Amino acid sequence: MPAGTTDAGCKVRLEWLCVLGGMLMASGWPALGNAASAQALASQGNGRGAPPCQSCHGTDGGGQAAAGFPRLAGLDAAYLARQLEDYAEGSRASAVMQPIARALSARERDAVAGYYAQLPVAAMPAAPKPAADGAGATLATRGRWSEQVPACEQCHGPGGVGVGAHFPPLAGQPAAYIESQLKAWQQGSRRNDPLELMQHLSRALSAEDIAAVAQWFAAQPLPAAKVGK
Amino acid sequence: MMRRLPALVLATLALGACTDRSPTDARAADAPPAPAVAASSPPPEGKRAFAPPPESAIPAGPYGDMVRLGREIFLHTRKNAPAYVGNGLACVNCHLDAGRLADSAPLWAAYGMYPKYRKKNDHVNSYGERLQGCFRYSMNGKAPPLEDKVILALETYSYWMAQGAPLGVALEGAGYPRVPEPGRAPDYARGQAVFQRDCALCHGADGQGQKVAGEYVFPPLWGPDSFNWGAGMHELDKAAAFIRANMPLSRGGSLSEQQAWDVAMFMDAHERPQDPRYTGDLAATRKAFHDTPMSLYGKRVNGRLLGAAPAR
Ligand code: HEC
Ligand code: HEC
Ligand code: HEC
Ligand code: HEC
Repeated sequence: MPAGTTDAGCKVRLEWLCVLGGMLMASGWPALGNAASAQALASQGNGRGAPPCQSCHGTDGGGQAAAGFPRLAGLDAAYLARQLEDYAEGSRASAVMQPIARALSARERDAVAGYYAQLPVAAMPAAPKPAADGAGATLATRGRWSEQVPACEQCHGPGGVGVGAHFPPLAGQPAAYIESQLKAWQQGSRRNDPLELMQHLSRALSAEDIAAVAQWFAAQPLPAAKVGK
Repeated sequence: MMRRLPALVLATLALGACTDRSPTDARAADAPPAPAVAASSPPPEGKRAFAPPPESAIPAGPYGDMVRLGREIFLHTRKNAPAYVGNGLACVNCHLDAGRLADSAPLWAAYGMYPKYRKKNDHVNSYGERLQGCFRYSMNGKAPPLEDKVILALETYSYWMAQGAPLGVALEGAGYPRVPEPGRAPDYARGQAVFQRDCALCHGADGQGQKVAGEYVFPPLWGPDSFNWGAGMHELDKAAAFIRANMPLSRGGSLSEQQAWDVAMFMDAHERPQDPRYTGDLAATRKAFHDTPMSLYGKRVNGRLLGAAPAR
């Protein structure tokens, strides 16, 4: 774990994971030769320190809600590649993902991003919908303009389905993941957002706001047919 | 519809809401000699503070239903007033937070200022006429007849929001706050640099916005789906004022005054739909309706004669 980095996710929810991540790194990954393809990288790792992505992000790239591992399937390729770059270069801190991203070559990062982007989004189990007039729904669909917070939907698209290469989907991402990212922006451990949009607006949110809005988006259905570019 | 046509033509011929006030006109109209009120309570700039009621206070029943309809039209204009909209915009795109946000020309601050005499069309304009102009120019569509439910609903929504506000008094947060003229004349190249850094992320590298499932999430700034050459936003001072206070979305106030003018100039030096008052002659149309340094219509910028090849 690089000295001096803080990882909100680790501190708050994923302590055990940091340990796991550390163990994976320390044990040294069995050499697999050059990862032949992005798919092999995702399922087997690259033998140079990058573990199989699917062990955490799921065989279908759907993530793991309980552990707070984000879905990668169907996200925009350019967005995913840049996140890996940002982990490697440090503007996005994560005790788990930074060493993994650093173990990937630039070409591997692009290839694996492209691989996940074209994976179909698996159908999500129906989640109980949070109240339509609750704090989470209000922030998501109306915002809090008195503090310059637009509705999340205005940038992340209706229902949080995502818009283009710059605005990732929130719909169906694990609530724990959404929460950890909002806190990471508040604390400055994630500071790779264009125009500092997320750093800026997350500061207006209380812990209760964050929990409510994270739950609201986690429960939004993502059309299973939606396939990334 | 046919039956209504003559009235519609009459009503729309003379108006220019949301639109075409020249700077002098704007000054004359927006700064009525503030009477006793200003003298007795002098908050900043002699203006009164006002906060609209929360949305949760919209009452049940037929009146509340009309308020809600107005709100829906304001938010999803194309869906709820399709006959009168000719582009990809919605009222809320330029009047943020459902028309509630101060410094974003909020409806609660506008409502009590009408009827208003406007030098431009030389008659007293009702609030309904003002709304009609927004459809014709900002929405590049057709003006709904004054007796149309669309106008009634928008009026009712505005009236509800303005309840308790003083009549005929300029309120704090009204309009878009004027940005003083910059030290250097607005410049296309500098504006382009601002655009690429601070706007293209959302509005697209080509200014055409971004859609999800066929609907704009980020509205277009020029081109066939944007406001037309008759809209107020095509004037540099109004665009600079809107942008400085409200853009980039969630970061209003972060551009310098110079940057706001530069990027307004860049945006307004692109083609958009023709002014519906176009006479068939660009220079004559400019002279009749755009005779102000704030309009680039009919001017040559970067080798392009603006208004000569309007977007459609
Ligand atoms: C040990 C578990 C683990 C493994 C293995 C793993 N990840 Fe991750 N990944 C995570 C966690 C936890 C996060 C969230 C970290 C944070 O808070 O930023 C994450 C986040 C990401 C993100 C950011 C997603 C977003 O929406 O911004 C990308 C991209 C990513 N991982 C790609 C990969 C790739 C590619 C691999 C394989 C080379 C991989 N991950 C392997 C746990 C893992
Ligand atoms: C003004 C535009 C804007 C608004 C409004 C906005 N976001 Fe974001 N958000 C972004 C951008 C841009 C990113 C991508 C940052 C990056 O590239 O690293 C992002 C990323 C995120 C992410 C990370 C997703 C991932 O896969 O890692 C979360 C979580 C998030 N936003 C939550 C929210 C919530 C909750 C709200 C409403 C309270 C909100 N956002 C409102 C612009 C916005
Ligand atoms: C492209 C941006 C844009 C769109 C879209 C737009 N407007 Fe406007 N609107 C303006 C501008 C610019 C002004 C002039 C503000 C000023 O002069 O201070 C204005 C003024 C107004 C005013 C008068 C405000 C006042 O204080 O006197 C009202 C009312 C209004 N608009 C309503 C609407 C309605 C209703 C719609 C949708 C049918 C709409 N607008 C769509 C830009 C827009
Ligand atoms: C984070 C995304 C984002 C950025 C960056 C951004 N805008 Fe916007 N802009 C929007 C959204 C969303 C709206 C519509 C607001 C609404 O409906 O509430 C809008 C509306 C507008 C409008 C009025 C509607 C139209 O299409 O004419 C103009 C003009 C505008 N923006 C100009 C700019 C300029 C100039 C910049 C750069 C200085 C900029 N914007 C940066 C998201 C953005």
